[in-house]
Amino acid sequence: MITATLQRIGAVGVFLGRVLAQCGPALLRPRAVVHQIYNAGARSLIIIMLCGLFVGMVLGLQGFDLLQRFGSEDALGVAAALGLLKELGPVVTALLFAGRAGTALTSEIGLMRATDQLTAMEMMAVDPLRHVVAPRFLGGVIAMPLLVAVFNVIGLFGAQLIGVQVMGVDTGAFWSQMQSAVELDDVNEGIVKSLCFGIACSLIAVYEGYTAKPTAEGVGLATTRTVVISSVLTLLLDYMLTAAFLGR
Amino acid sequence: MKSQRSLELGTGLFVLLGFAALFFLTTQLPGSGMSVGGATGYKVTARFDNIGDLKGGSPVSMAGVRIGRVESVAFDSGDYRAVVTLRIDPQYDRIPDDSDASIQTQGLLGGKYVGIGPGGSDTYLKDGSQIEFTQSAIVLESLVNKFFANFASKGSEGEKPQ
Repeated sequence: MITATLQRIGAVGVFLGRVLAQCGPALLRPRAVVHQIYNAGARSLIIIMLCGLFVGMVLGLQGFDLLQRFGSEDALGVAAALGLLKELGPVVTALLFAGRAGTALTSEIGLMRATDQLTAMEMMAVDPLRHVVAPRFLGGVIAMPLLVAVFNVIGLFGAQLIGVQVMGVDTGAFWSQMQSAVELDDVNEGIVKSLCFGIACSLIAVYEGYTAKPTAEGVGLATTRTVVISSVLTLLLDYMLTAAFLGR
Repeated sequence: MKSQRSLELGTGLFVLLGFAALFFLTTQLPGSGMSVGGATGYKVTARFDNIGDLKGGSPVSMAGVRIGRVESVAFDSGDYRAVVTLRIDPQYDRIPDDSDASIQTQGLLGGKYVGIGPGGSDTYLKDGSQIEFTQSAIVLESLVNKFFANFASKGSEGEKPQ
């Protein structure tokens, strides 16, 4: 059990190395990468925006309720901005990404494997890692920080919508306190996290698809594993990154 | 070919939106780039000895109701005081010109705001006038220091902390 897990981790590491080695050549054919940015990013945009809005609105509601007890509703902007930028934005986006784009990647590559398309490419001396896996991996890695940024901005306006328009926090206090409390380091922390989550989720998705058992059941299992492993890995990485950032 | 074009268009839009959001987060959020609220109403200045952490955008209120906003905070190197420009909403045009302005704190953790107490004059504040009577922000540390100084020399009546 333990050796099997270790072997798996090692296999993912080796796979990452092989994919990274093919990323350079894959970038020389940007059209394939653009296609994958569209699949992973542009098609996830609506769900990301919708969830960002609701997460921001909930933050506004809960934050207001909590801060009101201390008579500090004006700090709502700070609470919402830091919560979104540092934690909720990257984590919720990564979880949604795993469910929306990760599963699509896994089942697509897994079906290529099951229908022997990948084997056929190998027969023709076309490296499937370069032409199938690397562009999808790159697309996910590039799309994730952009999705997180969109999520954060929409979430902020959601919090502002509830806090200012509904609950009656003063607009000036909301934005000016936010601007004086949020520092560039906080924004950077979110960007670094989103990049790490992007790499992790995309890697898991393509790895699971590439190594899926070439049966209908195998592809289904691989898709499930993608969601489970990506989600756990995201939360694990989030804790470690947060500890690293706070420990500086 | 048409689907290829719409795909590229969609990707371009997505990337543009993403970078616009990133730009907003990195430039507008830290620091005070964004101005809030419309620029209506009239401007009044007030000079304070100490404004604490009052910032542009902080509310100006009278009897607890917000009547305007702090437009800007500047430092007068002539008399070493802070010059605060207040923008009062146009419908509140009957504030006596001998009113006083004080800097107060909202709640336990809240920000500073400017409170206006009404005077008794028959003439009103108008654009460009200055509030003469001001009270500085209460700095908690100096208050505590004063308290302990009084406590140490107990019996002797110290100055009332303002």
